Amino acid sequence: MIGKDILFRLSVRSVRLHLLRSILAALGIVIGVVAIAAMGMMGANMTLSVTEDLSKMANILVVRAYTGGGGGFIGPGGGGSRVVGSSQASDEEMITEDQFRDIDRIAGSYGTVYYVYTQSDTIEIGDRRGRATIIGLDPDVVPEILELADGEYPKSTTSVVIGPRLVDRFALKLGSKLDIGDPDEGTTTTVRVVGILPERGMTLDLNTDSAIIGSDKLYTGIYGGEGEYDQVTIAVDNLDEVATVKEEILAQLNRKEEEVTVQDSSRILESITSTLSTMTSFVMAIAGISLMVAAVSIFNVMMMSVTERVREIGILRSIGTQKSDVRRMFLYEASILGLVGGGIGAVMSLVIGYMVVLGMVGTTEFFFAGESLWYIPFAMAVGITICIISGVYPAWQASNLDPIEALRAE
Amino acid sequence: MQVSQRPVIVLDRVTKVYPLPAGDVVALNNISLTINEGEFVTIMGPSGSGKSTLLNQIGCLDVPTSGDLSLNGRDVRAMNDRELTDLRLTTIGYIFQKFNLIPLLTAYENVEYPYLMKHRKNDDTGHVRRLLSQVGIDEALATHKPPELSGGQQQRVAIARALVNDPAILLCDEPTGNLDSQTGIQIMEVLAGLHRRGRTIIMVTHERDIAAYAERTITIRDGRVA
Ligand SMILES: Nc1ncnc2c1ncn2[C@@H]1O[C@H](COP(=O)(O)OP(=O)(O)OP(=O)(O)O)[C@@H](O)[C@H]1O
Ligand SMILES: [Mg+2]
Repeated sequence: MIGKDILFRLSVRSVRLHLLRSILAALGIVIGVVAIAAMGMMGANMTLSVTEDLSKMANILVVRAYTGGGGGFIGPGGGGSRVVGSSQASDEEMITEDQFRDIDRIAGSYGTVYYVYTQSDTIEIGDRRGRATIIGLDPDVVPEILELADGEYPKSTTSVVIGPRLVDRFALKLGSKLDIGDPDEGTTTTVRVVGILPERGMTLDLNTDSAIIGSDKLYTGIYGGEGEYDQVTIAVDNLDEVATVKEEILAQLNRKEEEVTVQDSSRILESITSTLSTMTSFVMAIAGISLMVAAVSIFNVMMMSVTERVREIGILRSIGTQKSDVRRMFLYEASILGLVGGGIGAVMSLVIGYMVVLGMVGTTEFFFAGESLWYIPFAMAVGITICIISGVYPAWQASNLDPIEALRAE
Repeated sequence: MQVSQRPVIVLDRVTKVYPLPAGDVVALNNISLTINEGEFVTIMGPSGSGKSTLLNQIGCLDVPTSGDLSLNGRDVRAMNDRELTDLRLTTIGYIFQKFNLIPLLTAYENVEYPYLMKHRKNDDTGHVRRLLSQVGIDEALATHKPPELSGGQQQRVAIARALVNDPAILLCDEPTGNLDSQTGIQIMEVLAGLHRRGRTIIMVTHERDIAAYAERTITIRDGRVA
């Protein structure tokens, strides 16, 4: 239908007549579409990847001492929950041994219950220094909750397993020795690496990628505070029972006063996805600015086209072309630029978006998911719409030319 | 040949003023005239006397500053742009001094254009082809774009285009002005044939022998009928 429309034919020929100029104008749209689609896909892939990571944690409950406020949800090691030197500090609420026993009594039959000591501290390997999260766990539970990429589980109070980031950062290997503690401020404790953990990414229970995990004895030997746990984690065996366990713990431990808070993955997921979506909208809006620039160049090309074709418009009008048809002709022209730009942009989005996702998210596992690919038609539609909007004023101007005046133009 | 007395074009004290910064130009000054159905009229007069302006008023390309103009009994001044445009499409065929073909379209498409605008579908009756062959444009030439055609060929295409919607009134602004006399005579033969078939034709010219094809000559001087 549209292909048969003579006004559409005229628009196509007009675009072809000024091919270079048209391509340059469409190029702006290409860039804008690619920018929007790539940013959108990046956000979608981040969200999908985080969602997958966290949904693996759906059976995890984390119990912390009630601190009055909402309490941060960042797990141990998420930036160092405590500072070295204040390990005995009583200003920080801890889970007591009694509370742990209560929790274990309630939840023990539903899954694995274990306490966690955690601390951020200076470490030294040879003459290199850095920071790491030191985690102390009951040695009996370590094999139950952590897999190993290499080596074995720690058996003595001087052996530890470490996260893969530390391996990369300090070129550690099995058998390497490292010192925990700042030598300038006091004694250090030397430990030996016996196991290496696989990359676990974002988790709810323990962020182990940059952590040194040893026995509870090792931990309390360095920092003291025995029986004062940073958190108690429950890995519930049956997903259906997660809510029950959570409710029972809250009901029993908080009966008299608020003693503990229990976190599960759903709230965290909500909070992270909403942060990600805000961030994605923001970068997409910035990408949208490139489309604004493109809109200006489309507008410019359309105005040039109108100016050059004044006489032709006069002819069309004088032989009985309605204003609305003249408008349509120029809107076709803008749409063609938009379709060409948007089409090329869509194809390039696939390639560039893939590279951006690979670079920024680290995995293209979710690239071909609907939530991700959806941004391509979306960006294309935005690009085409912007083109058409840019064509509205030039088209309106063309249609309102006085036929006599237009015919006199040379 | 039979000329009815039914007036199709009536001008009553039509005045056209172009307001210019240097002062108003009165292109038409109180012109009253009546043209009947089937008449072949020429308009003559010196350059700048207002001939084209008069034709533009009749052709609904422009509306008079004052006075009344009616076509087929309808008051042009009361019509809106949409109605005037429709009149130009269906009732009036305009042959311009400068051909005014659409450069991006082939000869065939140029002739088909008003047909498409009117019927909103392609011509599948062979009407466009017949018209082109009537004015002496063969199939091969019909695929050419205007810049590839000679002046005479362009003018023939323009005539075919003006006729495609079978208009009641044919307006010609110096149709032979840009042609050699041989081609000019061929074009006039086409117009004379159309007149014999009952079309109302108004033609502007400044050549006496061309004017001789018409039944009546109106002379204009300084925007007035002389
Ligand atoms: N659009 C316009 N704006 C201003 N003045 C105009 C316009 N059109 C025509 N005129 C003026 O009106 C007068 C009549 O012009 P018109 O074109 O009708 O003359 P003409 O008789 O057709 O002349 P020619 O034989 O040279 O074609 C002229 O003085 C011309 O300058
Ligand atoms: Mg003239």
